[in-house]
Amino acid sequence: MKCDVCQNGEASIFLTEIVQGKMKKANLCPVCAKAKDVEQSGFGLVEALGLATTPELDMAPAGTKCPICGFSQTDFKKTGRFGCSHCYDVFGDLLAPMLKSMHKGSQHIGKKPADFERLAEQERKLETLRTDLESAVKAEEYERAATLRDQLRQMELGPLA
Amino acid sequence: MKLSRIIANTGEWLTGNGPHRHIVVSSRVRLARNLRNKPFPGWAKKNERVEILQSLKEAVEALPEMHSAFSEVLEALSPLEKQVLVERHLISREHAAKGVGSGVVMNGEQTLSFMINEEDHLRMQAILNGLQLTKVYEMINKTDRELEESLDFAYHAELGYLTACPTNVGTGMRASAMLHLPGLVMNDQVNKIINSVNKIGLAVRGLHGEGTEAMGNLFQISNQTTLGEAEGEIIDRLNKVIATIIEHEQNARLILLEKRPTTLLDQIGRAYGILSHAHSMTSKEALNLLSVIKLGVDLGLFPASELGPVDELFIETQPAHLQKGVQIKKMAADERDTLRAALIRSKLKSMPEPDITKIPTHPTGAGDSNDE
Repeated sequence: MKCDVCQNGEASIFLTEIVQGKMKKANLCPVCAKAKDVEQSGFGLVEALGLATTPELDMAPAGTKCPICGFSQTDFKKTGRFGCSHCYDVFGDLLAPMLKSMHKGSQHIGKKPADFERLAEQERKLETLRTDLESAVKAEEYERAATLRDQLRQMELGPLA
Repeated sequence: MKLSRIIANTGEWLTGNGPHRHIVVSSRVRLARNLRNKPFPGWAKKNERVEILQSLKEAVEALPEMHSAFSEVLEALSPLEKQVLVERHLISREHAAKGVGSGVVMNGEQTLSFMINEEDHLRMQAILNGLQLTKVYEMINKTDRELEESLDFAYHAELGYLTACPTNVGTGMRASAMLHLPGLVMNDQVNKIINSVNKIGLAVRGLHGEGTEAMGNLFQISNQTTLGEAEGEIIDRLNKVIATIIEHEQNARLILLEKRPTTLLDQIGRAYGILSHAHSMTSKEALNLLSVIKLGVDLGLFPASELGPVDELFIETQPAHLQKGVQIKKMAADERDTLRAALIRSKLKSMPEPDITKIPTHPTGAGDSNDE
């Protein structure tokens, strides 16, 4: 990663600040970090460096509440626990950096509910049929395309249809 | 099934004969599950908790492996009864503090137990004697599969199983083993081991989990993280680390025998003397001395048949277990200490003195020292 200031050196100092609920980040190389006196000064540094804030890292506004259970960000700060499973979607941005520091990864790779596994399997099959159908049409193999289309319809309607 | 029957019979994890049981006391796997879009127990209102409890309790009771289960709402249990379950690791200390809106279901063998509305809607655990993490995971994985047929568990494509606390999200799994490590403690090596275990992302805790002291040379080792690693990988890693710790503990015992046999015999002899003659004893002192006796059994100074009774004393001398037969009001600590000492004296009466001629003489002579 390149340094945000000189755009040249390799960044090895990663600065994160939260200013008015917005997360601001700067990546600096050791030379620029020293020049800007990063270690001594503290707050307002990202601002002072005149670097753009990263808008996609904006946190949910402090007033946001979970529509399902009414849980707020303030409640989370107080308890460190969420209100219901839907909160994970509502406060996802707040959560992402926390999960990173807590866990080995940010993507679950273990067990899935059986239904979920079946659905994922179904989705994969549908996807294959769709691409096959597309290529059959392109190749003007209409007979094969018709069979594929029927299979696709059958699957989309479910096993009872 | 009645709680009195559960209480009267020590669980299978105490009496069983699992692999490596001389060092690994028990293996346990816990899964946390929640119902989709229902408020977590800590955030739910009382009536919501009661409703969730009812539906989960029914679903768990209907499991084929729970046909002769004990199932109860927590407000129906006395503080003493709850404490007995905590001492047996069947419910957590946090769960014992809960009342209306929480419940517990466990099978007669006490190998499976379900806490309803602890921190999560459902926390289910399987526990077995010795090092059997893989088997214990299979047991609990099976009940999870059965339950998901009737329950809609909160699952997220990216984050896995969703839990009240983000530290448990993903697999929702905590796998742990209780290790008895007197050799490493006596050789002052245990801190080194704890530090290196911590470095590879595993946690080491005392007898009753988070924030508890290590008593009786018992240490609980478990996975710290739940996201980004599959259940099987976590268990493999634990198994490998535990196998290494077992090896270190065995080496530590050999070193003690070779370099400090007098210290070792002195400690075992003193533990035996105090336990069989004391008239007042705290549970901490009892655990620490029993640990030395257990080591004596492992080293052959006491007959191997004494292992069961000694292991039982580890549990039977805990505060609530001590009082379970005495159906009066909660005893004061000093009354318990007297009762504890009396119980140990009577149990040790049938146990012979340590036989110092049985001490392995050439412990490092790998394999050929078995001249008994």
